[in-house]
Amino acid sequence: MSSEAGQQHPLGIYYKIWILLFVLSGFSYAVDFYEVQGAMRWTLVLLFMTLKAGFITAIFMHVVWERMALVATILGPPIVLLLFISFMAIEGNYTENARFSYMGHDRDAVALTPEDLHGGGHGGEEHGEEAEH
Amino acid sequence: MSEAALTQAGPQEGMDGLVDDWSSDKQTYHVPWGKAMMWIFLVSDTFIFTCFLTAYLHVRLTTTEPWPVQGAIFALSLFGSDPIPLILIALMTFILITSSGTMALAVNMGYRKDKEKAFWLICATAFFGLCFVGMQMFEWSKLILDEGIRPWQNPFGAAQFGSIFFMITGFHGLHVSGGVIYLMWVALRVRRGYYDDKGYEIVEIVGLYWHFVDLVWVFIFAFFYLL
Repeated sequence: MSSEAGQQHPLGIYYKIWILLFVLSGFSYAVDFYEVQGAMRWTLVLLFMTLKAGFITAIFMHVVWERMALVATILGPPIVLLLFISFMAIEGNYTENARFSYMGHDRDAVALTPEDLHGGGHGGEEHGEEAEH
Repeated sequence: MSEAALTQAGPQEGMDGLVDDWSSDKQTYHVPWGKAMMWIFLVSDTFIFTCFLTAYLHVRLTTTEPWPVQGAIFALSLFGSDPIPLILIALMTFILITSSGTMALAVNMGYRKDKEKAFWLICATAFFGLCFVGMQMFEWSKLILDEGIRPWQNPFGAAQFGSIFFMITGFHGLHVSGGVIYLMWVALRVRRGYYDDKGYEIVEIVGLYWHFVDLVWVFIFAFFYLL
């Protein structure tokens, strides 16, 4: 348990986490490939992201086996950052709404895709529509 | 109580351990100093990447121009097929995870003092890192030359797309490139037996850095490419 002897663990757990990370990355990519949209997309992408980040930090970086003093040093400051991120999200939403409401920008503008510009055939249509959501 | 009695009490775990480690004038982190310093560096690096990603969040929220559709821009045709969305990025993700796995095994082999296996596993990690940087260079050149994306403008939508993209992936790519050099440095010293007396914590320390680079990519992949 003490890390003074070095972090030495059975190889099995590394193989299991390795496979798990591949599976979770595959799931993340599947979300995009099958074009899951809206709230479901956010939920799934953030869930798989959190799981991957958690397993890498906990097992590959050995944080679960470290002493509380080091764990608090590692995880404490990033948790405070979440507060900063939420402040910027709230402020950003406010600014965006102000710009739409008072500066006459088009709320329904759609981004162009390489197909639109290079005149390529099919494959891009579904993606062209998703920007409206 | 004498000082000897205090040290003999042995370290406690959990919250009691936290209080114990921070109280009185003594060593707080019971890990090699190099490992503690690497963690402090990684926490500060977390702040840098969080600033970049938060800037991205704010810019993307506040711009009233539509954000370019990542799936279409990062699509690639393989063997003359229709463009497959995000396929290159998915491959880069899998390569980086593979390198993280070989790194975790290298740390284990280092502590077993199996120098030969540790050396080759670190080399494999560095090789996958190079593959990643190579694919990123391909991606950059495709975006700059074929799609005309610049840090100040692009033909698809919000102009900030380019600056955010080059800034974040560029800084991450720099970390990967630096990591490859650091890995090769450690690998050669492992092979020479330089750490036989010092101990093999150094492999775990370089491993921490490498896993962190993979960790940052997990967030970039989710926020910049998928959402």
